[in-house]
Amino acid sequence: MTELGVLSQLLEIALALLLAPLLSAWVNQWRAWLQNKSAPGLLQQYRTLHKLFHKESVIAEHASRLFRSAPYIIFGCMALASAIVPTLSTDLPLSPAADAIALVGLFAVARVFISLAAMDVGTSFGTLAARREMLVGFLAEPALLMVLFSASLISKSTSLTTIVETLAQRDLAIYPSLALAGVAFSMVSLAENARVPVDNPTTHLELTMIHEALILEYSGRHLALLEWAASLKLFAYSCIGLALFFPWGVAEADAPLALLLAVPVLILKLAIGGALLALLETLSAKMRIFRVPEFLATAFLLAVIGMLVNILVGG
Amino acid sequence: MTTITGQLINLLAAILLMLAFAMISQRRILSLIHLFTAQGAILSAATVLVGYATQQPHLYLSAGITVVLKVILIPLLLHRVINRLEVRWDVETLINIPTTMIIGIALVIFAFDLALPISKLSASIARGTLGIALACVLLSFMMMITRSKAVPQVIGFLSMENGLFFAATSATYGMPMIVELGIALDVLVGILILGVFLFNIREQFDSLDISHLEKLKED
Amino acid sequence: MATLYFVLGIPLLGSMLLASTGHRDSAREINVAVSLGTFVATCVLTVEVISGGPLFAWHREFFIDPLNAFLVTLTAFVGLTTAIFSRPYMRVESDHGKMTPNRMRRYHSMYQLFNCTMLTALTTNNLGILWVAMEAATLTTVLLVSVYRTPASLEAAWKYFILCGVGIAQALFGTVLLYMAAEKVIGTEEGALLWTNLEAVKAHLDPSIITLAFAFLFIGYGTKVGLVPMHNWLPDAHAEGPTPVSAVLSGLLLNVAVYALLRCKVLTDGALHSHLAGQSMMGFGLLSVLVAASFLSRQKDIKRMFAYSSIEHMGVITFAFGMGSPIANYAGLLHMTTHSLIKSGIFFTVGHAAQKAGTQIMEDIRGLIKVSPTVGWGMMLGSLAILGMPPFGVFASEFLILTTAMREQPWATPFLLLSLGVAFASIFSRVQPMVFGETSLKPLRHPPALLPVFVHLGLGLLLGLYIPPYLDEWYRQAARMIGG
Repeated sequence: MTELGVLSQLLEIALALLLAPLLSAWVNQWRAWLQNKSAPGLLQQYRTLHKLFHKESVIAEHASRLFRSAPYIIFGCMALASAIVPTLSTDLPLSPAADAIALVGLFAVARVFISLAAMDVGTSFGTLAARREMLVGFLAEPALLMVLFSASLISKSTSLTTIVETLAQRDLAIYPSLALAGVAFSMVSLAENARVPVDNPTTHLELTMIHEALILEYSGRHLALLEWAASLKLFAYSCIGLALFFPWGVAEADAPLALLLAVPVLILKLAIGGALLALLETLSAKMRIFRVPEFLATAFLLAVIGMLVNILVGG
Repeated sequence: MTTITGQLINLLAAILLMLAFAMISQRRILSLIHLFTAQGAILSAATVLVGYATQQPHLYLSAGITVVLKVILIPLLLHRVINRLEVRWDVETLINIPTTMIIGIALVIFAFDLALPISKLSASIARGTLGIALACVLLSFMMMITRSKAVPQVIGFLSMENGLFFAATSATYGMPMIVELGIALDVLVGILILGVFLFNIREQFDSLDISHLEKLKED
Repeated sequence: MATLYFVLGIPLLGSMLLASTGHRDSAREINVAVSLGTFVATCVLTVEVISGGPLFAWHREFFIDPLNAFLVTLTAFVGLTTAIFSRPYMRVESDHGKMTPNRMRRYHSMYQLFNCTMLTALTTNNLGILWVAMEAATLTTVLLVSVYRTPASLEAAWKYFILCGVGIAQALFGTVLLYMAAEKVIGTEEGALLWTNLEAVKAHLDPSIITLAFAFLFIGYGTKVGLVPMHNWLPDAHAEGPTPVSAVLSGLLLNVAVYALLRCKVLTDGALHSHLAGQSMMGFGLLSVLVAASFLSRQKDIKRMFAYSSIEHMGVITFAFGMGSPIANYAGLLHMTTHSLIKSGIFFTVGHAAQKAGTQIMEDIRGLIKVSPTVGWGMMLGSLAILGMPPFGVFASEFLILTTAMREQPWATPFLLLSLGVAFASIFSRVQPMVFGETSLKPLRHPPALLPVFVHLGLGLLLGLYIPPYLDEWYRQAARMIGG
């Protein structure tokens, strides 16, 4: 572990916490533009968080301690997830923890807590949403694992840093398996981040909600943390996608200049990715909840085929 | 150069497989036709690449035939048929789609397993893709089984032919020209006959649902 | 060599001619004339082959050897007699209003084109062209089966198209694999799909590729042969199309499919040094015999019943070729010939009987012997012949197959005997009341064309009593060739 490593680790966490709301706002802005609406400013997400943190947090009478602690746990999980994904540098003190399976586990922990919290209060919408969240989750997780495995088949390791290093250092080569995994990954991220076509982040209809209904009972700082955690999740997913499929520009060990360069590259990549996400959301329509398993099964299957193709044609 | 071309061919093969899966999971006839068109385009691109990599000019010709036949002519014909018959929306498959997908994976594994030892023997640049071609054939085959409507069955038939064509290209750099011309002719005539049939079936049964076609069976 | 061009060209040109004139009344005669022309050309070709030995044409893409020579003649012959039979048959159909001039044109044109595709499939040396011709034969017969445009015929044609289309697509994949194996030995320039070239190097073909190729080819062409479990199209297509089409489907198309399978088997045997091809042919052949025999008794439609009988006989033939010894091959070839002659003869009488009764349901067909003794006796004798009664040719070939099976594959004989027994009981119990039962039907206006029936039965009888020496020699040569 070098000092530079510690520095880049700190930089990465700070960047994730700061940039995550910006990324959400950026996606929202693009979506508004694409739909011919006037967009809220880029700083809107920060203002919302600021406002929520200063509000009183109202908690239901029967809420248990779990309900109160869940936002912190979830936020912690997401922050850790963003920290271990090698976005700026592959030389991170936390990189031994950055295992593909551990990462999926982190997301799973967050999901379990948010679902438990939603059921804790005992409202019908919360329970409904918890069920749906688990439905999405139990299909999306294996698909995500398969995507990560496709990438690890190429680098022969499940460590994220090793994967990114291998992929970034290779000569220009085309991996059909990664193309398939890429499509699968985009589908999984749409589902996991509660985006159209699986969920609609801007909906006001409780019956169709998934993610919004989960946090329906929260207010004040708890809600702020959950919103922030959602932004972090999107950020983390975007970073995983970039690291796996567009790993160029990630700094390696002992390269301070590269680290400096990595920040603007990352921001540029995120900006493009966010705009594309908004475009994708605008182009598709929300599907019925019963179609979601199909959607995710397709993602799973594409990832599996990616692995098979990798075995067949060797990369 | 060759490695990049080879990788590109592999990539196109993977896209073909993806399209085959998209087809079995697609309910709308219009999207099926688009997917079929895309499949034809990818197929001809792959043929051109193989031709380029191996210096086999006759592959350019067969790529040209593919473009004319499968990217322009047949999709146009299909569009006209579904417009005239007003069957742009197709709804249900016989087996639900996740199950179909699982069976699909099994078929892909089966196909890869069959093709793996054989593709090792081939000297072709695109040898790895033989398994993909076989998988495409089997998937289209399954699509024909799981659809109860006439038009998707026809599209399944055509996409199976695409898979076979790809197999010929990837395993052996294409069949002899005369055979390829014959196959193209057969496909064209076949699709014309099927097109006429669709109208006849519609006329006789007031529907394009093949499940109406079950008068003839053993008691 | 030029004769071969006539053999293929006459039906092709005839088809074009009939595409423009097929709706006229004279078209039925033109159809017969074209078929006669084809038959004469094949006879000349046969004489040439007998005197000059195997011959090649057009860059070796076409060839005639002992195996296909007799099938070519048989095809042209049955094509001719069916054309003669269809003359009065189609007149009645158009009197009944079932055939409009437009349908008539399509029927005649497609009939000739179908003959052309089958002859192409038989004479081509190129396995790719063989596939193309088989597919083209499928397409033309689809149009023939659906010619009445009734719901049932459309259903049959659709099933036929989809099933055979899928099946034959597998054969194309097999052909691709075969080409792949051949290319490594022969190279692309030298005609790696030419059967004669492949035959010359078959011992060097890669066994693992050939195994897979044979599996696909077997499924593909086996579908066209009508082997169980890929047989579903066959009864429908036979029952719903016009009767002349049923006759050529059973009598000719199935033979051509068996022929294609045989060509593939020879290569596979050479490459594998094992008995895989033979074993799978025996297995599926036996299965077809058993299943078809058990379905026979349940049929109500007379054409369906005889279609199942065709499946049964195709099973017997496939089984015989599966055993693979020269004597079994000899029996298989003989059975192909006799079955083709007798079965198409039966369909001729069935056509007249059904036309007379106005139905194909067996319970409604009664007392043929009183309405028309010739039709009645034709059906009775034909049925006895196809069931393997001596002295008809089918008896001779089935006897040969059974005795060979007893010696070489004793386990299979009980199944074969059982199936033949069941088939006998089912068919005979149906045919007997149809021929001798009570009836109130009146004779038809047009005299039935029974010349083809009795010519076929006569030839079938002849083959049972006496096989001409040159034919015998021919069978022997072909049998040795298949035997490897």
